[in-house]
Amino acid sequence: MAKVILPADMGQLWEAMEAHPEARLYAGGTDLLVRLRAQAGPPPALVCLERLEELRIIEERGGELFLGAGATHAQILEHPKVRGRLPVLARALASLGSPQVRNMGTLGGNLVTASPAGDSLPPLYVLGAEVQLISRKAGRRLPITEFIKGPGRVDLNPGEVVAGVCLPKSEGWTLQHFEKVGRRDALAIALVSLAALLRLSSEGVVEEARLAWGSVGPTVMRAPQAEAALKGRPLGLASLGEAAELAGQALTPIDDLRASASYRRRVAGNLLLRLAEREA
Amino acid sequence: MRINFVLNGEPRRVECDPDRRVVDLLREELGLTGVKEACGAGECGACTVLVDGQARLSCLMLAAQLEGRELTTIEGLAAAGQTLDPLPASFVETGAVQCGFCTPGMVLSARALLERAPAPSRREIRQGLSGNLCRCTGYQKIIDAVELAAARGRGDEPWPR
Ligand SMILES: Cc1cc2nc3c(=O)[nH]c(=O)nc-3n(C[C@H](O)[C@H](O)[C@H](O)COP(=O)(O)OP(=O)(O)OC[C@H]3O[C@@H](n4cnc5c(N)ncnc54)[C@H](O)[C@@H]3O)c2cc1C
Ligand code: FES
Ligand code: FES
Repeated sequence: MAKVILPADMGQLWEAMEAHPEARLYAGGTDLLVRLRAQAGPPPALVCLERLEELRIIEERGGELFLGAGATHAQILEHPKVRGRLPVLARALASLGSPQVRNMGTLGGNLVTASPAGDSLPPLYVLGAEVQLISRKAGRRLPITEFIKGPGRVDLNPGEVVAGVCLPKSEGWTLQHFEKVGRRDALAIALVSLAALLRLSSEGVVEEARLAWGSVGPTVMRAPQAEAALKGRPLGLASLGEAAELAGQALTPIDDLRASASYRRRVAGNLLLRLAEREA
Repeated sequence: MRINFVLNGEPRRVECDPDRRVVDLLREELGLTGVKEACGAGECGACTVLVDGQARLSCLMLAAQLEGRELTTIEGLAAAGQTLDPLPASFVETGAVQCGFCTPGMVLSARALLERAPAPSRREIRQGLSGNLCRCTGYQKIIDAVELAAARGRGDEPWPR
């Protein structure tokens, strides 16, 4: 039998983590409990973060939007600041797992799992998210691109937890887009996904483009060449086709049991063409 | 470890290992075998229960997490079914039950959906049930059942007899 501790406030969390330095943290358990079950050996002590209201806060802070790491996907999706204003994130979270998984799984869990297919990640990359970490004694904050170091690898020290994610003030995006390609609509891991933010001039010329793909590399992949190919030109099939070509060259997908590398490369580029259909 | 929670409307105090999965606690200690386990990994929804009214997976929840919560299983709904809940009868009438293994989870997911959306479209029903797999029915009759129960819940359709 393993100990399961449910701290009710941050003081109790630090105490539990100090008393059981070997303990594993979990929030929704939708990644960790699946992994532990597949693993042999005695179960570790567990510290469950679900009762920590401090980690579930969603609020505006000095122009930024703070999303607590312990907020569930369902909770974030229902929040008016996300639903109306951040469709790129809302669409991604709406495609994550199933209703039950969204009621349980958290943003912090998705970040720390750092799967190349983690659905919240491409939107957080294009939105320029920063990750807020806290420990008993200090806090630090770093860009998501530095926090996520590789598949399943994050910059998290012993004694630290993720407090949440800070999203900078919206930069007036004209078009926010997310699309995930999987074997079915629900309960499907992404074979390829694309998050895109575009700012267009009143004449329809692209002023800025941010693109990020999931499941086509060890972590979320950007393709600056493709972004550059869109910039300064009217949004349309001509520039998008060129960007798709460049993206296909820049991305580094792998073959696995779900899809081949060449399929992923082709689809990753072609997902850009969808931007031509979207009303600006 | 002693855990206090409300099970199908009744306050319970249960002695059990804190890391026991909720599905095991319910089936093996408390005899509520309406909760099913198939995949044990979050993929199928057979083990769905309502925790404070929200659909969750009892195969990915540990007993300690029940402390202070209200848990509803299919037994809780069926007991109310005669008078209060139109879902179980609607499933039977529309032929939405074949082997029945997915049914408790389906009904509980539908219950959670109808709390939020008393008049769901077929698309909303599909999305609401998208975490529950059925290997028998082909889903259409399950969607019919939820539509019928929703109409009955709103008073738009007569109840049987
Ligand atoms: C059936 C099923 C379908 C799924 N489908 C998808 C999908 O479509 N897309 C997708 O992206 N994911 C999917 N997942 C994976 C999972 O649901 C998500 O990654 C989810 O966001 C994990 O959150 P959690 O709170 O459940 O994580 P947990 O399992 O609780 O934790 C995961 C890891 O994060 C750590 N952790 C959690 N919170 C913190 C914190 N605040 N500080 C520090 N460390 C922390 C834990 O220690 C652990 O290592 C699926 C899972 C299942 C079971
Ligand atoms: S048994 Fe829990 S989801 Fe399949
Ligand atoms: S009725 Fe058999 S699995 Fe659904």
